[in-house]
Amino acid sequence: MKFLFGVEAFCLACFVLLSQVSAKNSEDIRCKCICPPYREVEGQIYKQNVSLKDCNCLHVVEPMPVDGKDVEAYCLRCECKYEERSSGTIKVTIIIYLSILGLLLLYMVYLTLLEPMLKRRLFGHSQLIHSDDDVVGDQQPFANAHNVLSRSHSRPNMLNKVEHAQQRWRRQVQEQRKSVFDRHVVLS
Amino acid sequence: MAAAEGVSLPTPTEEMNGAGTLMDFLDEPFPDVGTYEDFHTIDWLREKSRDTDRHRKITSKSKESIWELIKSLLDAWSGWVVMLLIGLLSGTLAGVIDLAVDWMTDLKEGVCLSAFWYSHEQCCWTSNQTTFADRDKCPQWQKWAELMTGHAEGAGAYLLNYFLYILWALLFSFLAVSLVRVFAPYACGSGIPEIKTILSGFIIRGYLGKWTLLIKTVTLVLAVSSGLSLGKEGPLVHVACCCGNLFCSLFSKYSKNEGKRREVLSAAAAAGVSVAFGAPIGGVLFSLEEVSYYFPLKTLWRSFFAALVAAFTLRSINPFGNSRLVLFYVEYHTPWYMAELVPFILLGVFGGLWGTLFIRANIAWCRRRKTTQLGKYPVLEVIIVTGITALLAYPNPYTRRSTSELISELFNDCGALESSQLCDYYNNPNMSRPVDDIPDRPAGPGVYNAMWQLTLALIFKIVITIFTFGMKIPSGLFIPSMAVGAIAGRIVGIAVEQMAYHHHDWIIFKNWCRPGADCVTPGLYAMVGAAACLGGVTRMTVSLVVIMFELTGGLEYIVPLMAAAVTSKWVADAFGKEGIYESHIQLNGYPYLDIRDEFTHRTLATDVMRPRRNDPPLAVLTQDSTTVEDVETLIKDTDYNGFPVVVSRESERLIGFVQRRDLTLAIKNARQKQDGVVSSSVVYFTEDAPQLPASNPQPLKLRRILNLSPFTVTDHTPMETVVDIFRKLGLRQCLVTRSGRLLGIITKKDVLRHMAQMMNQDPESIMFN
Repeated sequence: MKFLFGVEAFCLACFVLLSQVSAKNSEDIRCKCICPPYREVEGQIYKQNVSLKDCNCLHVVEPMPVDGKDVEAYCLRCECKYEERSSGTIKVTIIIYLSILGLLLLYMVYLTLLEPMLKRRLFGHSQLIHSDDDVVGDQQPFANAHNVLSRSHSRPNMLNKVEHAQQRWRRQVQEQRKSVFDRHVVLS
Repeated sequence: MAAAEGVSLPTPTEEMNGAGTLMDFLDEPFPDVGTYEDFHTIDWLREKSRDTDRHRKITSKSKESIWELIKSLLDAWSGWVVMLLIGLLSGTLAGVIDLAVDWMTDLKEGVCLSAFWYSHEQCCWTSNQTTFADRDKCPQWQKWAELMTGHAEGAGAYLLNYFLYILWALLFSFLAVSLVRVFAPYACGSGIPEIKTILSGFIIRGYLGKWTLLIKTVTLVLAVSSGLSLGKEGPLVHVACCCGNLFCSLFSKYSKNEGKRREVLSAAAAAGVSVAFGAPIGGVLFSLEEVSYYFPLKTLWRSFFAALVAAFTLRSINPFGNSRLVLFYVEYHTPWYMAELVPFILLGVFGGLWGTLFIRANIAWCRRRKTTQLGKYPVLEVIIVTGITALLAYPNPYTRRSTSELISELFNDCGALESSQLCDYYNNPNMSRPVDDIPDRPAGPGVYNAMWQLTLALIFKIVITIFTFGMKIPSGLFIPSMAVGAIAGRIVGIAVEQMAYHHHDWIIFKNWCRPGADCVTPGLYAMVGAAACLGGVTRMTVSLVVIMFELTGGLEYIVPLMAAAVTSKWVADAFGKEGIYESHIQLNGYPYLDIRDEFTHRTLATDVMRPRRNDPPLAVLTQDSTTVEDVETLIKDTDYNGFPVVVSRESERLIGFVQRRDLTLAIKNARQKQDGVVSSSVVYFTEDAPQLPASNPQPLKLRRILNLSPFTVTDHTPMETVVDIFRKLGLRQCLVTRSGRLLGIITKKDVLRHMAQMMNQDPESIMFN
């Protein structure tokens, strides 16, 4: 599982990188020229989708608001900047983030609201779930886990292992929650 | 370390390939001899010697065949592979965080109608309807009031926008604190104090785990977007260290050796700061100065590599659309003048004073949260603080926007092209200078308005950050400190600029400021103020200056930045020696032996060692007359971390030292796997079994777990030397002997308590071993 997580993280990284390389449409480059007020002409912003070599006042400012001899003076004050972005990356990132957030929220709702309700309906499902409330002290750090695992060696299948892994994880989180929120031992 | 007792150590082949199937990953790992308990300190010497053993084994085997040679090369290269992976993942996560924060911050105010995933600036990127005066507005992006009711202006629209802003802020922070509470409680706070402690040798299991990584990334975005006065730099260091820990577990060279793992984590911290600020060199220096404990010079180059890879990855994701790594990268190069050092030093003094105030107030508030009823309602606390922040932040346009944007605007110089209120100067209409060299101008009403609002923003930020840092959501401190400093600096800069313009015939200005020249750059004052405040809080020195000049891209400003940083550190150190991170370490009672503290008292080892005069005698094991039952009773009755082994109770000559955890595991193993071992079996630590009558049960040899070379000092060793030994070698405990006989033991906790006592602090606050 650790290895899978690492591979998954790496794939995510590659995916985001590749997506920004592949999505280079013409909408994603622009040259933005800001021209301040000059005599009677007001300040204006001009944008055009031109490439880097054409990113100057003469190509972008159209229609030119001043006549021939004033063009140079006007253009001297204008500031032109070439900008690029990757709309594909933005879209993919936001959608991935929202889906991960949504999944976490669903899982949180399941853990806090739905699972206790289901447990109450099916009490006697397993003794294992009840034992996760009492945490054993420091004297025998792994005794409880070994008892738990040894009891269920009769049914060594995938679902069982996943359930045990989840129980172990929940016990760890509970310990952490106790240290941080209740006893204020770490991270005050 | 030959395996002779039934527990086989995996061969290097098995270690590297990860023996076992996929299903085995779901099983609980069986702890083997040589690992550490949670909340305990590692034994640096043992880790180092294990690594040397491993390396020697691989080198000697590499001469056997080509395959072994290839494996030894892979082992040597594994460090660089780990660095590369850390850089890639940290850069990616930082890019994702930046993009998501950008979008979600704007979500509080409105939404983009053409594509909902665009933030305000991205939405108006292609629009042709932006004007010079309202360069932010475009029809595709609408505020919530406009979307819901159709009205854009008016009191009703304002109130509706206000209400929805507060609602979104509350929703984000509630989600953040709930996720932290349910999934990963270790994801709260900044993370840097705990990482400092971990890097000095402490073990906090789960602090750098996968769930912590996931939750910290997700909730950091929510916390920053909710408008709270916090930053993302500290949490990014935590995220990068989690990535480091994650990739360490792929290679047994790092996963089985806690000392080597910490080398990787130092480098990962450098990568974290590098992506937070876009400053690779500053990141490496930050890791060296603030976070790392033992920093062998060979990891300097690897940290730099990780930081560069991370910065490069972030740049290729390009979150800000202009190939810059950080939102407030400025590029002006206007010179500064010697006379301006006076306001810079004043800003340094302000930074130092603010740093002291913040540290004292924040520690007092955190202590109250730790000890009183306030700490029982973390979710409620977060919601209330967010509500107050949003309520007070919305009316002031400088606090309504995100803090990074505020800093960016304050750092920027006012050319003729800016249309913000802060740049509302009276321009000379006939002026024809290029945009970079605008002479000093008188301020228009907009500037005075902005100064009032900035002063209110300054007071607000100073107060609210004290209550925000340390809450149970990921929170960093760099950006709020820089914001406080930037606001103060800009106010001072504008004041100096206007004084120079209106009173250019005063003697202080006459020499260097001619009318019609560009003398004063308020943006530079903002930068210097930001550096001063950040230095006053964290007490960083070189790394701060390097980060700030990597942010600005100009080497001209090193001297002002250094002047402010040095002044603020001096002023802050006059009030208290610890920065914010050391203060939090002290508050939590972590066993952190600071390298910088000097111990100058004249106590001796006998004054500190245990047992004291009235204590029960030292719990020892003998080399061949303790039974298994005695050992188990000893382990059950006491909670010491280890026991010295002596020749016999009469002679008390020291043989070695054995750790509690190793004893527990070895005895449990022996009971299960070896037959003939019962409670009355004798435990022996010598090479040969003792001469016992044949009727006795089989004795148990535990020489393997005995450390034959424990560190000893004599009872008259000065404590100065003992503290130095602990610090430099990373010891956990040290035995005290007199003429060869064992007298007592000094542990790291005893040393820390003694130091606290000498400094008149509460020695009972040291909690961990």
